[in-house]
Amino acid sequence: MKELVVISGKGGTGKTSITASFAVLSKNSVVADCDVDAADLFLVLNPKMITSGKFISGKKASIISEKCLSCGKCFYLCKFDAVSYDDLTGKYVICDTACEGCGVCAAFCPAGAISFTERECGEWFISKTSHGTMVHARLKIGAENSGKLVSLVRKIAREEGVKEKAEKIIVDGPPGIGCPVIASVTGSDAVFAVTEPSLSGKHDLERVSELVGHFNLPLFACVNKWDVNPEITLEIEKFCVKKGIFFCGKIPYDKNVTKAQIEGKSVVEYDESPAAREISKIWGNLCGKIL
Amino acid sequence: MTVAVASGKGGTGKTTVAVALVLSYDRNSVLLDCDVEEPNAGFFLRSKSIKKEEFSVPVPVIDAAKCNLCGRCADFCSFNALALAGSKILVFRDLCHSCGGCSLICPQNAVMEEKNIIGEIHSAESDKIFFVEGTLKIGKAMSPPLIREVKKYGKGENLTVIDCPPGNSCPMITAVRGADYVVLVTEPTPFGRHDLSLAAETVSEMKIPLGVILNRYGSGYKGVEEFCEKRGIEIILKIDEDIKIAQAQSEGKTILDVCPEMKDKMCGIVDKIQKGLTK
Repeated sequence: MKELVVISGKGGTGKTSITASFAVLSKNSVVADCDVDAADLFLVLNPKMITSGKFISGKKASIISEKCLSCGKCFYLCKFDAVSYDDLTGKYVICDTACEGCGVCAAFCPAGAISFTERECGEWFISKTSHGTMVHARLKIGAENSGKLVSLVRKIAREEGVKEKAEKIIVDGPPGIGCPVIASVTGSDAVFAVTEPSLSGKHDLERVSELVGHFNLPLFACVNKWDVNPEITLEIEKFCVKKGIFFCGKIPYDKNVTKAQIEGKSVVEYDESPAAREISKIWGNLCGKIL
Repeated sequence: MTVAVASGKGGTGKTTVAVALVLSYDRNSVLLDCDVEEPNAGFFLRSKSIKKEEFSVPVPVIDAAKCNLCGRCADFCSFNALALAGSKILVFRDLCHSCGGCSLICPQNAVMEEKNIIGEIHSAESDKIFFVEGTLKIGKAMSPPLIREVKKYGKGENLTVIDCPPGNSCPMITAVRGADYVVLVTEPTPFGRHDLSLAAETVSEMKIPLGVILNRYGSGYKGVEEFCEKRGIEIILKIDEDIKIAQAQSEGKTILDVCPEMKDKMCGIVDKIQKGLTK
Protein backbone atom coordinates (compact mmCIF):
# COMPACT_ATOMS: atom_id res chain seq x y z
CA MET A 1 0.00 0.00 0.00
CA LYS A 2 1.42 3.37 -1.08
CA GLU A 3 0.48 6.70 0.42
CA LEU A 4 0.41 9.73 -1.88
CA VAL A 5 0.05 13.20 -0.33
CA VAL A 6 -1.21 16.14 -2.41
CA ILE A 7 0.03 19.53 -1.23
CA SER A 8 0.72 22.92 -2.79
CA GLY A 9 2.44 25.47 -0.61
CA LYS A 10 0.27 28.26 -1.89
CA GLY A 11 -3.42 27.84 -1.14
CA GLY A 12 -6.16 27.64 -3.75
CA THR A 13 -4.12 26.08 -6.54
CA GLY A 14 -6.57 23.22 -7.04
CA LYS A 15 -5.39 20.50 -4.63
CA THR A 16 -8.87 19.39 -3.64
CA SER A 17 -10.33 19.35 -7.17
CA ILE A 18 -7.38 17.24 -8.32
CA THR A 19 -7.43 14.93 -5.29
CA ALA A 20 -11.15 14.29 -5.81
CA SER A 21 -10.47 13.38 -9.45
CA PHE A 22 -7.65 11.04 -8.40
CA ALA A 23 -10.02 9.37 -5.94
CA VAL A 24 -12.48 8.76 -8.77
CA LEU A 25 -9.85 7.58 -11.27
CA SER A 26 -8.11 5.30 -8.82
CA LYS A 27 -9.44 1.82 -8.32
CA ASN A 28 -9.16 0.43 -4.85
CA SER A 29 -7.89 3.30 -2.74
CA VAL A 30 -8.75 5.09 0.48
CA VAL A 31 -8.93 8.87 0.39
CA ALA A 32 -8.10 11.05 3.40
CA ASP A 33 -8.83 14.78 3.79
CA CYS A 34 -6.02 16.19 5.93
CA ASP A 35 -6.79 19.86 5.32
CA VAL A 36 -8.59 19.66 8.64
CA ASP A 37 -9.19 23.35 9.22
CA ALA A 38 -10.78 23.93 5.82
CA ALA A 39 -11.85 20.44 4.72
CA ASP A 40 -13.70 20.64 1.41
CA LEU A 41 -13.29 17.23 -0.20
CA PHE A 42 -16.68 16.07 1.11
CA LEU A 43 -18.36 18.72 -1.07
CA VAL A 44 -17.39 16.86 -4.25
CA LEU A 45 -17.14 13.24 -3.09
CA ASN A 46 -20.47 13.23 -1.23
CA PRO A 47 -19.56 10.77 1.51
CA LYS A 48 -22.06 8.88 3.68
CA MET A 49 -20.79 8.73 7.24
CA ILE A 50 -20.33 5.27 8.76
CA THR A 51 -18.38 5.91 11.97
CA SER A 52 -17.20 8.97 13.81
CA GLY A 53 -15.20 9.80 16.90
CA LYS A 54 -14.17 12.70 19.06
CA PHE A 55 -10.70 14.15 18.78
CA ILE A 56 -9.47 14.93 22.27
CA SER A 57 -6.08 16.51 22.32
CA GLY A 58 -4.24 18.69 24.76
CA LYS A 59 -5.74 20.62 27.59
CA LYS A 60 -6.99 24.09 28.30
CA ALA A 61 -6.90 26.30 31.33
CA SER A 62 -9.75 28.28 32.79
CA ILE A 63 -10.01 30.41 35.90
CA ILE A 64 -12.53 29.52 38.56
CA SER A 65 -13.68 33.02 39.29
CA GLU A 66 -14.81 32.41 42.92
CA LYS A 67 -11.38 31.13 43.90
CA CYS A 68 -9.33 33.77 42.04
CA LEU A 69 -7.49 36.19 44.36
CA SER A 70 -6.67 38.56 41.48
CA CYS A 71 -2.94 38.32 42.27
CA GLY A 72 -2.06 38.39 38.57
CA LYS A 73 0.55 35.64 38.67
CA CYS A 74 -1.07 33.84 35.73
CA PHE A 75 -1.07 37.09 33.77
CA TYR A 76 2.68 37.51 34.26
CA LEU A 77 3.56 33.87 33.61
CA CYS A 78 1.54 33.33 30.43
CA LYS A 79 3.75 33.57 27.35
CA PHE A 80 0.80 33.57 24.96
CA ASP A 81 -1.06 36.71 26.11
CA ALA A 82 -4.01 34.48 26.87
CA VAL A 83 -4.74 35.99 30.30
CA SER A 84 -6.39 39.36 30.64
CA TYR A 85 -7.80 41.43 33.48
CA ASP A 86 -11.52 42.02 33.45
CA ASP A 87 -12.18 45.55 34.73
CA LEU A 88 -15.82 44.78 35.40
CA THR A 89 -15.32 41.85 37.77
CA GLY A 90 -11.80 42.67 38.98
CA LYS A 91 -10.74 39.11 38.11
CA TYR A 92 -8.47 37.55 35.53
CA VAL A 93 -9.87 35.56 32.60
CA ILE A 94 -8.29 33.19 30.06
CA CYS A 95 -9.07 33.52 26.37
CA ASP A 96 -9.90 30.10 24.95
CA THR A 97 -8.54 30.67 21.48
CA ALA A 98 -5.24 32.12 22.78
CA CYS A 99 -4.51 29.42 25.40
CA GLU A 100 -1.99 26.91 24.04
CA GLY A 101 -2.55 24.47 26.90
CA CYS A 102 0.91 24.57 28.50
CA GLY A 103 -0.41 24.38 32.07
CA VAL A 104 1.99 26.91 33.58
CA CYS A 105 -0.76 29.13 35.01
CA ALA A 106 -2.59 26.17 36.57
CA ALA A 107 0.58 24.76 38.13
CA PHE A 108 1.70 28.03 39.69
CA CYS A 109 -1.58 29.66 40.73
CA PRO A 110 -1.20 30.19 44.51
CA ALA A 111 -4.96 29.87 45.04
CA GLY A 112 -5.42 26.70 42.99
CA ALA A 113 -8.01 28.66 41.07
CA ILE A 114 -7.19 27.43 37.58
CA SER A 115 -8.64 24.24 36.17
CA PHE A 116 -6.68 22.41 33.49
CA THR A 117 -8.91 20.00 31.62
CA GLU A 118 -8.90 17.97 28.44
CA ARG A 119 -9.97 19.80 25.37
CA GLU A 120 -12.17 18.44 22.63
CA CYS A 121 -10.55 19.73 19.47
CA GLY A 122 -12.68 18.19 16.77
CA GLU A 123 -14.24 15.09 15.23
CA TRP A 124 -13.15 12.48 12.72
CA PHE A 125 -15.28 10.42 10.34
CA ILE A 126 -15.03 7.25 8.30
CA SER A 127 -17.38 7.48 5.34
CA LYS A 128 -18.29 5.68 2.15
CA THR A 129 -18.34 7.36 -1.23
CA SER A 130 -19.24 5.78 -4.55
CA HIS A 131 -15.49 5.47 -5.15
CA GLY A 132 -14.43 3.90 -1.89
CA THR A 133 -13.71 4.77 1.69
CA MET A 134 -13.01 8.32 2.81
CA VAL A 135 -11.55 9.43 6.14
CA HIS A 136 -12.03 13.06 7.09
CA ALA A 137 -12.24 15.33 10.09
CA ARG A 138 -13.38 18.67 11.36
CA LEU A 139 -11.22 20.79 13.61
CA LYS A 140 -13.28 22.74 16.12
CA ILE A 141 -13.43 26.49 15.62
CA GLY A 142 -10.32 28.05 17.08
CA ALA A 143 -8.91 24.72 18.25
CA GLU A 144 -5.26 23.81 18.60
CA ASN A 145 -3.43 20.70 17.49
CA SER A 146 -4.36 20.50 13.82
CA GLY A 147 -1.11 18.56 13.25
CA LYS A 148 -2.20 15.84 15.65
CA LEU A 149 -5.60 15.58 14.00
CA VAL A 150 -3.85 15.19 10.63
CA SER A 151 -1.76 12.33 12.05
CA LEU A 152 -4.90 10.71 13.45
CA VAL A 153 -6.75 10.94 10.11
CA ARG A 154 -3.77 9.36 8.34
CA LYS A 155 -3.55 6.59 10.92
CA ILE A 156 -7.25 5.74 10.55
CA ALA A 157 -6.92 5.85 6.74
CA ARG A 158 -4.02 3.38 6.90
CA GLU A 159 -6.02 1.04 9.14
CA GLU A 160 -8.96 1.18 6.72
CA GLY A 161 -6.58 0.65 3.82
CA VAL A 162 -5.14 -2.49 5.43
CA LYS A 163 -8.63 -3.87 6.15
CA GLU A 164 -9.72 -3.32 2.56
CA LYS A 165 -6.40 -4.38 1.03
CA ALA A 166 -6.29 -1.01 -0.73
CA GLU A 167 -3.47 -0.27 -3.17
CA LYS A 168 -3.21 3.39 -2.35
CA ILE A 169 -4.05 6.06 0.16
CA ILE A 170 -4.60 9.45 -1.42
CA VAL A 171 -4.24 12.34 1.00
CA ASP A 172 -5.58 15.85 0.39
CA GLY A 173 -3.09 17.96 2.31
CA PRO A 174 -3.24 21.49 3.76
CA PRO A 175 -1.60 24.59 2.28
CA GLY A 176 1.62 26.06 3.66
CA ILE A 177 4.74 24.33 4.97
CA GLY A 178 4.08 24.35 8.73
CA CYS A 179 2.81 21.97 11.37
CA PRO A 180 -0.16 20.31 9.55
CA VAL A 181 1.85 19.97 6.32
CA ILE A 182 4.75 18.33 8.12
CA ALA A 183 2.25 16.02 9.83
CA SER A 184 0.75 15.18 6.41
CA VAL A 185 3.97 14.25 4.62
CA THR A 186 6.06 12.58 7.36
CA GLY A 187 6.35 8.88 6.66
CA SER A 188 4.35 8.94 3.41
CA ASP A 189 5.61 7.35 0.18
CA ALA A 190 5.34 10.23 -2.27
CA VAL A 191 4.31 13.88 -2.39
CA PHE A 192 2.49 15.51 -5.28
CA ALA A 193 2.57 19.32 -5.46
CA VAL A 194 -0.05 21.29 -7.36
CA THR A 195 1.14 24.74 -8.26
CA GLU A 196 0.09 27.64 -10.46
CA PRO A 197 2.13 29.71 -12.90
CA SER A 198 2.73 32.86 -10.89
CA LEU A 199 5.67 34.33 -8.99
CA SER A 200 3.86 33.33 -5.79
CA GLY A 201 3.14 29.80 -6.99
CA LYS A 202 6.74 29.27 -8.11
CA HIS A 203 8.18 30.68 -4.89
CA ASP A 204 5.89 28.48 -2.81
CA LEU A 205 6.79 25.38 -4.85
CA GLU A 206 10.45 26.10 -4.18
CA ARG A 207 9.74 26.13 -0.45
CA VAL A 208 7.65 22.96 -0.69
CA SER A 209 10.42 21.19 -2.58
CA GLU A 210 12.90 22.16 0.13
CA LEU A 211 10.56 20.86 2.82
CA VAL A 212 9.97 17.57 1.01
CA GLY A 213 13.73 17.25 0.47
CA HIS A 214 14.11 17.67 4.22
CA PHE A 215 12.09 14.46 4.66
CA ASN A 216 13.81 12.69 1.81
CA LEU A 217 10.61 11.93 -0.09
CA PRO A 218 10.09 11.72 -3.84
CA LEU A 219 8.33 14.82 -5.17
CA PHE A 220 6.01 15.00 -8.18
CA ALA A 221 4.45 18.20 -9.51
CA CYS A 222 1.97 19.67 -11.95
CA VAL A 223 1.00 23.21 -12.94
CA ASN A 224 -2.68 24.11 -12.81
CA LYS A 225 -4.08 26.85 -15.11
CA TRP A 226 -0.74 26.75 -16.94
CA ASP A 227 -1.89 28.91 -19.86
CA VAL A 228 -2.47 31.89 -17.53
CA ASN A 229 1.28 32.42 -17.79
CA PRO A 230 3.16 30.07 -20.17
CA GLU A 231 6.55 31.71 -19.44
CA ILE A 232 6.39 31.03 -15.71
CA THR A 233 5.07 27.52 -16.43
CA LEU A 234 8.22 26.91 -18.45
CA GLU A 235 10.35 28.25 -15.61
CA ILE A 236 8.61 25.89 -13.19
CA GLU A 237 9.23 22.95 -15.54
CA LYS A 238 12.91 23.87 -15.71
CA PHE A 239 13.05 24.20 -11.94
CA CYS A 240 11.57 20.70 -11.63
CA VAL A 241 14.16 19.22 -13.99
CA LYS A 242 16.94 20.92 -12.06
CA LYS A 243 15.69 19.69 -8.68
CA GLY A 244 14.85 16.15 -9.77
CA ILE A 245 11.11 16.73 -9.33
CA PHE A 246 9.09 14.53 -11.65
CA PHE A 247 6.91 16.87 -13.72
CA CYS A 248 3.62 15.08 -14.43
CA GLY A 249 1.80 17.58 -16.61
CA LYS A 250 0.00 20.89 -16.93
CA ILE A 251 -3.70 21.55 -16.66
CA PRO A 252 -5.24 24.34 -18.74
CA TYR A 253 -7.45 27.09 -17.34
CA ASP A 254 -10.90 25.61 -17.76
CA LYS A 255 -14.20 26.93 -16.43
CA ASN A 256 -15.47 23.34 -16.22
CA VAL A 257 -13.38 22.92 -13.05
CA THR A 258 -15.56 25.46 -11.24
CA LYS A 259 -18.73 24.16 -12.89
CA ALA A 260 -17.99 20.63 -11.70
CA GLN A 261 -17.53 21.88 -8.13
CA ILE A 262 -20.81 23.79 -8.26
CA GLU A 263 -22.52 20.57 -9.37
CA GLY A 264 -20.88 18.75 -6.46
CA LYS A 265 -18.81 16.53 -8.74
CA SER A 266 -15.15 15.91 -9.37
CA VAL A 267 -13.68 17.35 -12.57
CA VAL A 268 -13.30 13.95 -14.27
CA GLU A 269 -16.91 12.96 -13.57
CA TYR A 270 -18.41 16.21 -14.81
CA ASP A 271 -17.45 16.39 -18.45
CA GLU A 272 -14.93 15.40 -21.08
CA SER A 273 -13.27 18.78 -20.53
CA PRO A 274 -9.66 19.66 -21.42
CA ALA A 275 -8.86 19.88 -17.69
CA ALA A 276 -10.39 16.44 -17.06
CA ARG A 277 -8.34 14.87 -19.87
CA GLU A 278 -5.10 16.34 -18.52
CA ILE A 279 -5.87 15.26 -14.94
CA SER A 280 -6.41 11.69 -16.18
CA LYS A 281 -3.10 11.82 -18.01
CA ILE A 282 -1.32 13.12 -14.90
CA TRP A 283 -2.85 10.34 -12.82
CA GLY A 284 -1.55 7.80 -15.33
CA ASN A 285 1.93 9.31 -15.14
CA LEU A 286 1.86 9.28 -11.35
CA CYS A 287 0.68 5.67 -11.07
CA GLY A 288 3.38 4.58 -13.48
CA LYS A 289 6.01 6.10 -11.21
CA ILE A 290 4.66 5.28 -7.77
CA LEU A 291 3.53 1.68 -8.19
CA MET B 1 -6.87 51.13 12.69
CA THR B 2 -5.86 47.54 11.99
CA VAL B 3 -7.60 45.58 9.24
CA ALA B 4 -6.86 41.87 8.94
CA VAL B 5 -7.40 40.25 5.54
CA ALA B 6 -8.15 36.56 6.01
CA SER B 7 -10.02 33.82 4.19
CA GLY B 8 -10.34 30.26 5.42
CA LYS B 9 -9.80 28.92 1.91
CA GLY B 10 -6.41 29.55 0.36
CA GLY B 11 -5.86 31.31 -2.94
CA THR B 12 -9.00 33.46 -2.84
CA GLY B 13 -7.14 36.76 -3.16
CA LYS B 14 -6.12 37.80 0.37
CA THR B 15 -2.75 39.14 -0.75
CA THR B 16 -4.35 40.88 -3.76
CA VAL B 17 -6.73 42.73 -1.46
CA ALA B 18 -4.19 43.48 1.29
CA VAL B 19 -1.73 44.97 -1.20
CA ALA B 20 -4.46 46.94 -3.01
CA LEU B 21 -5.66 48.42 0.29
CA VAL B 22 -2.28 49.88 1.26
CA LEU B 23 -1.38 50.98 -2.29
CA SER B 24 -4.69 52.84 -2.58
CA TYR B 25 -4.46 54.55 0.78
CA ASP B 26 -3.27 58.15 0.55
CA ARG B 27 -1.57 58.41 3.90
CA ASN B 28 1.14 56.39 5.63
CA SER B 29 0.31 52.76 6.21
CA VAL B 30 1.82 49.50 7.35
CA LEU B 31 1.46 46.15 5.60
CA LEU B 32 2.29 43.06 7.64
CA ASP B 33 2.68 39.78 5.77
CA CYS B 34 1.71 37.26 8.44
CA ASP B 35 1.34 34.37 5.99
CA VAL B 36 4.77 33.33 7.20
CA GLU B 37 4.65 29.81 5.72
CA GLU B 38 4.29 31.24 2.23
CA PRO B 39 4.79 35.03 2.29
CA ASN B 40 4.00 36.54 -1.12
CA ALA B 41 2.93 40.16 -0.58
CA GLY B 42 6.52 41.33 -1.19
CA PHE B 43 6.25 40.38 -4.87
CA PHE B 44 3.71 43.14 -5.40
CA LEU B 45 5.42 46.04 -3.64
CA ARG B 46 8.36 47.75 -5.22
CA SER B 47 9.94 48.37 -1.86
CA LYS B 48 13.44 49.07 -0.62
CA SER B 49 14.76 46.65 1.92
CA ILE B 50 15.66 48.13 5.32
CA LYS B 51 16.77 45.18 7.36
CA LYS B 52 16.59 41.43 7.70
CA GLU B 53 16.86 39.74 11.08
CA GLU B 54 16.73 36.18 12.28
CA PHE B 55 13.94 35.38 14.69
CA SER B 56 14.34 32.80 17.41
CA VAL B 57 12.29 31.41 20.26
CA PRO B 58 13.72 30.32 23.61
CA VAL B 59 13.96 26.55 24.12
CA PRO B 60 15.30 24.58 27.09
CA VAL B 61 18.80 23.23 27.39
CA ILE B 62 19.63 21.01 30.36
CA ASP B 63 22.66 21.69 32.52
CA ALA B 64 23.80 18.08 33.02
CA ALA B 65 25.96 19.05 36.01
CA LYS B 66 22.90 20.25 37.94
CA CYS B 67 20.25 17.82 36.61
CA ASN B 68 19.45 14.93 38.96
CA LEU B 69 17.18 13.21 36.42
CA CYS B 70 14.02 13.62 38.51
CA GLY B 71 12.06 13.96 35.25
CA ARG B 72 9.66 16.62 36.50
CA CYS B 73 10.32 18.80 33.45
CA ALA B 74 9.36 15.95 31.13
CA ASP B 75 6.22 15.19 33.18
CA PHE B 76 5.23 18.83 33.14
CA CYS B 77 5.71 19.51 29.43
CA SER B 78 2.34 19.41 27.68
CA PHE B 79 3.96 19.21 24.27
CA ASN B 80 6.27 16.21 24.76
CA ALA B 81 9.28 18.39 24.06
CA LEU B 82 11.24 16.81 26.92
CA ALA B 83 11.77 13.13 27.71
CA LEU B 84 13.73 11.27 30.33
CA ALA B 85 15.76 8.65 28.49
CA GLY B 86 18.06 6.60 30.70
CA SER B 87 20.69 8.91 32.09
CA LYS B 88 19.70 11.92 30.07
CA ILE B 89 16.90 14.41 29.44
CA LEU B 90 16.24 14.68 25.71
CA VAL B 91 15.02 18.00 24.31
CA PHE B 92 12.94 18.06 21.12
CA ARG B 93 13.38 21.71 20.28
CA ASP B 94 10.81 21.92 17.51
CA LEU B 95 8.02 20.61 19.72
CA CYS B 96 8.65 23.29 22.36
CA HIS B 97 6.09 26.10 22.67
CA SER B 98 8.44 28.22 24.83
CA CYS B 99 6.00 28.36 27.75
CA GLY B 100 8.82 28.37 30.29
CA GLY B 101 7.17 25.69 32.43
CA CYS B 102 10.15 23.32 32.54
CA SER B 103 12.48 25.92 33.94
CA LEU B 104 9.90 27.04 36.52
CA ILE B 105 9.23 23.49 37.70
CA CYS B 106 12.85 22.25 37.89
CA PRO B 107 13.86 21.92 41.58
CA GLN B 108 17.55 21.92 40.62
CA ASN B 109 17.55 25.05 38.51
CA ALA B 110 19.04 22.93 35.76
CA VAL B 111 16.96 24.19 32.85
CA MET B 112 18.65 26.97 30.92
CA GLU B 113 17.48 28.66 27.75
CA GLU B 114 18.95 28.74 24.29
CA LYS B 115 17.75 30.10 20.98
CA ASN B 116 15.98 28.11 18.32
CA ILE B 117 15.92 30.10 15.08
CA ILE B 118 12.54 29.54 13.46
CA GLY B 119 12.48 32.25 10.83
CA GLU B 120 13.34 35.66 9.59
CA ILE B 121 11.79 39.10 9.77
CA HIS B 122 12.27 41.42 6.87
CA SER B 123 11.26 45.07 6.84
CA ALA B 124 11.13 47.31 3.81
CA GLU B 125 9.81 50.67 2.75
CA SER B 126 8.22 52.08 -0.36
CA ASP B 127 6.74 55.52 -0.69
CA LYS B 128 4.11 55.70 2.03
CA ILE B 129 4.16 52.01 2.94
CA PHE B 130 6.14 50.35 5.68
CA PHE B 131 6.24 46.64 4.94
CA VAL B 132 7.19 43.79 7.26
CA GLU B 133 7.17 40.11 6.37
CA GLY B 134 7.92 37.02 8.39
CA THR B 135 9.34 33.93 6.71
CA LEU B 136 9.18 30.61 8.54
CA LYS B 137 12.29 28.50 8.20
CA ILE B 138 11.74 25.32 6.19
CA GLY B 139 11.12 22.34 8.45
CA LYS B 140 9.92 24.43 11.41
CA ALA B 141 6.38 23.60 12.43
CA MET B 142 5.35 26.45 14.65
CA SER B 143 4.41 29.73 13.03
CA PRO B 144 2.43 31.60 15.79
CA PRO B 145 5.48 33.05 17.64
CA LEU B 146 6.80 34.48 14.36
CA ILE B 147 3.37 35.88 13.49
CA ARG B 148 3.16 37.53 16.93
CA GLU B 149 6.56 39.13 16.34
CA VAL B 150 5.62 40.52 12.90
CA LYS B 151 2.48 42.03 14.43
CA LYS B 152 4.56 44.07 16.88
CA TYR B 153 5.50 46.31 13.96
CA GLY B 154 1.92 47.31 13.37
CA LYS B 155 1.32 50.00 15.92
CA GLY B 156 0.59 53.67 15.65
CA GLU B 157 -0.15 54.19 11.96
CA ASN B 158 -3.39 55.42 10.43
CA LEU B 159 -3.83 52.10 8.72
CA THR B 160 -2.23 48.73 9.38
CA VAL B 161 -3.20 45.88 7.06
CA ILE B 162 -2.46 42.27 7.98
CA ASP B 163 -2.16 39.67 5.23
CA CYS B 164 -3.20 36.53 7.16
CA PRO B 165 -2.44 32.84 6.54
CA PRO B 166 -5.25 30.66 5.17
CA GLY B 167 -7.22 28.28 7.36
CA ASN B 168 -9.04 28.72 10.64
CA SER B 169 -6.63 27.34 13.21
CA CYS B 170 -3.83 28.78 15.37
CA PRO B 171 -1.85 30.66 12.67
CA MET B 172 -4.95 32.42 11.33
CA ILE B 173 -6.24 33.20 14.82
CA THR B 174 -2.87 34.56 15.91
CA ALA B 175 -2.76 36.83 12.86
CA VAL B 176 -6.33 38.09 13.26
CA ARG B 177 -6.31 38.63 17.05
CA GLY B 178 -6.43 42.27 18.10
CA ALA B 179 -7.53 43.57 14.67
CA ASP B 180 -10.30 46.17 14.61
CA TYR B 181 -11.93 44.70 11.53
CA VAL B 182 -11.58 41.56 9.45
CA VAL B 183 -12.06 41.38 5.70
CA LEU B 184 -12.79 37.81 4.61
CA VAL B 185 -12.00 37.23 0.95
CA THR B 186 -13.80 34.39 -0.76
CA GLU B 187 -14.92 33.16 -4.18
CA PRO B 188 -18.32 32.09 -5.50
CA THR B 189 -17.89 28.31 -5.26
CA PRO B 190 -19.05 25.64 -2.79
CA PHE B 191 -15.49 25.47 -1.35
CA GLY B 192 -15.46 29.25 -1.01
CA ARG B 193 -18.79 29.23 0.79
CA HIS B 194 -17.89 26.42 3.17
CA ASP B 195 -14.53 27.87 4.17
CA LEU B 196 -16.09 31.34 4.53
CA SER B 197 -18.66 29.92 6.93
CA LEU B 198 -15.87 28.48 9.11
CA ALA B 199 -13.78 31.66 8.99
CA ALA B 200 -16.81 33.83 9.77
CA GLU B 201 -17.62 31.65 12.76
CA THR B 202 -14.02 31.92 14.02
CA VAL B 203 -13.97 35.71 13.64
CA SER B 204 -17.39 36.08 15.29
CA GLU B 205 -16.18 34.00 18.22
CA MET B 206 -13.31 36.48 18.57
CA LYS B 207 -15.92 39.28 18.58
CA ILE B 208 -14.36 41.26 15.74
CA PRO B 209 -16.58 42.95 13.13
CA LEU B 210 -16.21 41.54 9.63
CA GLY B 211 -17.13 42.05 6.00
CA VAL B 212 -16.75 39.92 2.88
CA ILE B 213 -15.07 40.58 -0.44
CA LEU B 214 -16.38 38.25 -3.12
CA ASN B 215 -13.57 37.75 -5.63
CA ARG B 216 -13.77 36.21 -9.13
CA TYR B 217 -17.45 37.06 -9.22
CA GLY B 218 -19.54 35.64 -12.06
CA SER B 219 -19.55 31.84 -11.74
CA GLY B 220 -23.31 31.86 -11.34
CA TYR B 221 -23.12 30.21 -7.91
CA LYS B 222 -25.22 32.11 -5.40
CA GLY B 223 -24.28 30.21 -2.21
CA VAL B 224 -21.93 32.84 -0.83
CA GLU B 225 -24.48 35.64 -1.20
CA GLU B 226 -27.18 33.48 0.37
CA PHE B 227 -24.92 32.65 3.28
CA CYS B 228 -24.02 36.30 3.86
CA GLU B 229 -27.64 37.39 3.71
CA LYS B 230 -28.72 34.72 6.15
CA ARG B 231 -25.98 35.67 8.60
CA GLY B 232 -26.34 39.42 8.17
CA ILE B 233 -22.78 39.76 6.89
CA GLU B 234 -22.17 42.62 4.50
CA ILE B 235 -20.51 41.96 1.14
CA ILE B 236 -18.35 45.08 0.92
CA LEU B 237 -17.04 44.49 -2.59
CA LYS B 238 -17.44 42.17 -5.56
CA ILE B 239 -14.50 41.79 -7.94
CA ASP B 240 -15.43 40.33 -11.34
CA GLU B 241 -13.71 37.22 -12.65
CA ASP B 242 -11.21 38.46 -15.23
CA ILE B 243 -8.33 36.43 -16.61
CA LYS B 244 -6.42 39.69 -17.15
CA ILE B 245 -6.23 40.15 -13.36
CA ALA B 246 -4.85 36.62 -12.94
CA GLN B 247 -2.28 37.20 -15.67
CA ALA B 248 -1.14 40.52 -14.19
CA GLN B 249 -0.90 39.00 -10.71
CA SER B 250 1.08 36.05 -11.99
CA GLU B 251 3.94 38.38 -12.96
CA GLY B 252 3.86 40.56 -9.88
CA LYS B 253 1.55 43.32 -11.08
CA THR B 254 -1.29 44.40 -8.84
CA ILE B 255 -5.00 44.59 -9.46
CA LEU B 256 -4.62 48.41 -9.53
CA ASP B 257 -2.42 48.09 -12.63
CA VAL B 258 -5.23 46.36 -14.52
CA CYS B 259 -8.29 47.94 -12.92
CA PRO B 260 -7.40 51.54 -11.93
CA GLU B 261 -10.96 52.05 -10.72
CA MET B 262 -10.17 49.69 -7.83
CA LYS B 263 -8.21 52.48 -6.11
CA ASP B 264 -11.37 54.43 -5.29
CA LYS B 265 -13.17 51.27 -4.26
CA MET B 266 -10.38 50.30 -1.85
CA CYS B 267 -10.28 53.83 -0.39
CA GLY B 268 -14.03 53.63 0.00
CA ILE B 269 -13.68 50.38 1.95
CA VAL B 270 -11.13 51.89 4.34
CA ASP B 271 -13.34 54.97 4.89
CA LYS B 272 -16.38 52.84 5.45
CA ILE B 273 -14.64 50.59 7.97
CA GLN B 274 -13.29 53.62 9.82
CA LYS B 275 -16.70 55.27 9.97
CA GLY B 276 -18.33 52.05 11.08
CA LEU B 277 -15.82 51.64 13.89
CA THR B 278 -16.12 55.17 15.22
CA LYS B 279 -19.92 55.08 15.11
